[in-house]
Amino acid sequence: MLEAPPAPFPLLSAHALSKRFPGVVAVDNVSLELRAGEVHALLGENGAGKTTLISMLYGLVPPDEGYVSLFGEPVRLRAPKDAIARGVGLVAQHFMLVSRHTVAENIALGLPGTPFFRPTRRLKRRILELGKRYGLNVDPNAYVYELSAGEQQRVEIMKALVRNAKILILDEPTGVLTPQEADGLFEVVRRMKGEGHGVIFITHKLGEVLDVADRITVLRKGAVVGTLPREGADATTLARMMIGRDVVLSRVASAPPRPGLVLELSGVSARNDRGVVVLKDISFRLREGEILGVAGVAGNGQLELAEVLTGHRHVTAGSVSLAGRELGRASIRETFERGVAHIPEERNGVGVVPGLSVGENLALRHYRYPPFSRGGLLNAAATQRFAEASVREYGVSTPSLQTRTGRLSGGNIQKLVLARELSERPGGAVKLVVAAHPTYGLDIGATEQTHRMLVGERDRGAGVLLISEDLEELFRLSHRIIVMFGGKVMGIVEAEGADRGLVGLMMAGGTPKGTYA
Amino acid sequence: MELESWLVSTVARSLAFSTPLLWAALGEIYAERSGVVNLGVEGMMILGAIAGFMAAQTTGSPLLGIVAAASVGGLAGLLHAFIAITLRADQYVSGLALTILGLGLAGLVGRAYVGVPLSNPMQAVTVPGVTSLPVVGPALFTGQHLLTYAGLIVAVLLSVLLFTTRLGVVIRSAGESPAATDALGINVIKVRYLCVVFGGVMAGIAGAYLSLAYRPSWTEGMTAGMGWIALAIVIFAAWRPVRAIFAAFIFGACFHLAFRLQEVFPPEFLQMLPYLVTILSLTLIALGRGGRQAGAPAALGVPYTRGER
Ligand SMILES: Nc1ncnc2c1ncn2[C@@H]1O[C@H](COP(=O)(O)OP(=O)(O)OP(=O)(O)O)[C@@H](O)[C@H]1O
Ligand SMILES: [Mg+2]
Repeated sequence: MLEAPPAPFPLLSAHALSKRFPGVVAVDNVSLELRAGEVHALLGENGAGKTTLISMLYGLVPPDEGYVSLFGEPVRLRAPKDAIARGVGLVAQHFMLVSRHTVAENIALGLPGTPFFRPTRRLKRRILELGKRYGLNVDPNAYVYELSAGEQQRVEIMKALVRNAKILILDEPTGVLTPQEADGLFEVVRRMKGEGHGVIFITHKLGEVLDVADRITVLRKGAVVGTLPREGADATTLARMMIGRDVVLSRVASAPPRPGLVLELSGVSARNDRGVVVLKDISFRLREGEILGVAGVAGNGQLELAEVLTGHRHVTAGSVSLAGRELGRASIRETFERGVAHIPEERNGVGVVPGLSVGENLALRHYRYPPFSRGGLLNAAATQRFAEASVREYGVSTPSLQTRTGRLSGGNIQKLVLARELSERPGGAVKLVVAAHPTYGLDIGATEQTHRMLVGERDRGAGVLLISEDLEELFRLSHRIIVMFGGKVMGIVEAEGADRGLVGLMMAGGTPKGTYA
Repeated sequence: MELESWLVSTVARSLAFSTPLLWAALGEIYAERSGVVNLGVEGMMILGAIAGFMAAQTTGSPLLGIVAAASVGGLAGLLHAFIAITLRADQYVSGLALTILGLGLAGLVGRAYVGVPLSNPMQAVTVPGVTSLPVVGPALFTGQHLLTYAGLIVAVLLSVLLFTTRLGVVIRSAGESPAATDALGINVIKVRYLCVVFGGVMAGIAGAYLSLAYRPSWTEGMTAGMGWIALAIVIFAAWRPVRAIFAAFIFGACFHLAFRLQEVFPPEFLQMLPYLVTILSLTLIALGRGGRQAGAPAALGVPYTRGER
C-alpha cells in the first residue's frame, strides 16, 4: 500500500483531556495523537472512558480540562457542527439515524449546500460515486428501518464521507457486523488510510486491533495505560494492559451432555409481529448439561426462536416440550416459573428497566413471590438482602443499590441480568438458559465472566441455548451448533473439529452439499 | 330541492366550522413533528380570540386583530416552549397548565367585552366565477371567510414544506431522533422553539377566526373544547397537513350536525357526537395496521439533553 507523505502535524491531538461525571472520573488527563494515514485503535474495558473521550473530540461533550487541536490548530468544539466543519466524522456506538427517513434524507440532514427544495436531489449521485470509491454499498432511496445493522453503519460512514471527513471515529463498529460485513468495513478503513486520512477505531476484539491498527492506545479507568505501535503489540500484552491481569479465552473443556432431555422442538413454526412466517419447521433437542449454539446472520429467526422459548411469542405449528412437559401457550411468567432463564438480546430495554434502580431491577422477576412479598405488600428487607447477595455473587460494580441502572456500563448491566435470571425461582433451579448475544459489547474481562456463568449452569445440569453471531464464542462454548438461515435449520454440527467454512456457508444459505436452499 | 339546499348549507357550515380546527391542528402538527406536544392549544386559541377581539375593537381593523391574535398565541407558545424545552419539564403538565391559564386569563381580560358585538367584523367573501356551479358553488364558494381559504392553502404549503424541503427534513428529524439531528450540527432546541411558537401563532389565528369572523363577538369560553378536537385531528391526520384538511372537515361536520339535528335527536347526544367520533377514530387508528408511517414522531414528548443516557 502507498504510504501517504508525512504531514508536519498530527490530524488530531487531544491535550490532557479530563471529564468527570457525578461519582466517576470518566476521562482522566488523556493525551492522544492521530497522524495522517494512521489507524489508531482505542482499547479499554467497559466504562474505561472510550466513548466519553471521543465524544469530546466530536463536540458532544465539553471537556472539564484540556483541549483538542485539529490539523495543528487548537480548537474549541462547542457542538458537533464545529467538529464536522473541520473534517471530523463519527460513527457512534448507538447509531444516530432517523429510522423513519430514507438514507438520502439522513445524509442530507444539516448538510451545507443542499438545495432548499428537494434537498436530496443532487446528493444521490454523490452517494453512489463515493460508494464506488470506498466500496460502500448503500441505496439512497431505502428507508433506514428496512436496513440491517451493517447497512445502517454504511450509511453512518457515508454521512461522514459526504461531509469530507478526514478524520473518522468509529465507536465499536464491528459489534453488530457479520464477519463479511466487518471485512467490508476494514476495506473502507484501509482506503481512507491510503488517502492520508486518519481513523480512530474503538473495539473490544483484539484480533481486529492487530489486523487494522497502526498504533494502539489502551485506557483503564479513564487514564492512558500506554500507546504501542502495532509491531510491539500482541493479544496477551494488550489484554493485560486493559484489565491488569491475564485472561485466557480458550475452548472450555466439557463433559458430554447427560441423557436427560431439557428441550425438544418438533416442527415449530412461528410468525413475527407483521405476520410473516419467520420460523419454519424447526426441530432439535437439547440435553441436560449441554450448550447448544445457534449460529446465523441477524434476522434469520434466532430472535423469534428465543421469544418462542421464553413465552414472548407463541408457535403457529409444532410443539415445544420443556423437561418433558408441553410448553403450549405458557406466558412469560410461567416459563420463568418452569425454569427458563432469559438473557435477552437487548440488554437495555428488554433486559433491564434503565430508569429503575439496581435493586429494583434485580427484584423484577421475584417481587411477587414470598418472601419478597406477602398478601400484595412488598418486603423491602428481603428484596434488599437478595439484591445485596446478587451484587456480591455476580460482581456487579455499582455505586449503590439505589443507582439508576441506565448509568451502569454494559458489562455491569449484563451481570445484573445474569444475576436475576440465573437465580432460584419458586419452581426450583434453572433448567434452560436462553442467551441471545450475551457478550455483545462486553470487554474481554466481562466476556470471560459471562462465559463462566453459562458454563457453570451447564455443569450444574441446565441446558443452554446460546444464540450468537460471534463464531469464536460459539465454537469455544458449544457442544453442537445449529445454523439458521431464513427461519430454517440449515444443519447441526459438532463444535469439536467442525469445519468453519461449512458453517459460514450454511449461514449464507448454502447446504452442506453446496446447493442453495 | 329540499335535500339539495340542506346539503349545501350543511357543507357550507361544516367548512366554516372546520376552519379554526384546521388552523389550530396545522400548528400543532408542526410542534409535534418537531417532538413537542402542546396540550395548551385550547388556551392559546382562547387567548388569540380575546386578543384579536380587543385589538380589532380598539383599532377598527380586523387585520390588526389577526396580527394581535397571532402574536399573543405565539407568546403563549413561547411560554410552553420555555417550560418544555429549556426547563425540560413535563410537556403534558405544562400544556394543561397553559390551557387552564389561557381560559382564566381570557375570561378575566374579556369581562368588559362580554356581549359587545364587534363593530367592524371580517366580511365574508364570494369567490368570483365559480358560484354558479351547482351545489359546489353555493356550498364552498359563497359566504365563507378569507381565513377559510387561507387555511386550505396554508395546509398545502405546510405539507410541501414538511415533505420536500431542507427545513422540513430538519423538523421531522428533530421529532424522530433529536440525538441524530444534534450530532449533525443542527440546533434541535432552536428548531423545536420555532415549531412550538409557530403552533401558538396558528392557534392564535384560529381563535381570531372565532371572535372576528365566525361569531364576531366575545363570549367567555367561546372555543368550547375546539383546542382538544384539534389535538385529536393531529392524530387522526397522522401528522400530515393535507390530511388535516379532511379530518378537520369531518369534525366540523359533526359539530354542525349536532346543532342541526337538534329537533330529531336529543341535544345531549348530539353534543357528544364530536367527542364520540374522536374516541372512535383514535380507537380505529390504534387498531389499524397503519404501518410505521402512521405512528407518532418517535421522540414526541421527550425532552432532549445532549449526552444524556
Ligand atoms: N452522561 C453520563 N452521566 C453519568 N455518567 C456517565 C455518563 N456518560 C458516561 N458515564 C460514565 O463514565 C464512565 C465511562 O463511560 P464510557 O461510556 O465512556 O465508557 P466506554 O469505555 O465507552 O465503555 P463501553 O465499552 O461499555 O462502551 C462510565 O463509568 C460511565 O458510567
Ligand atoms: Mg463506549
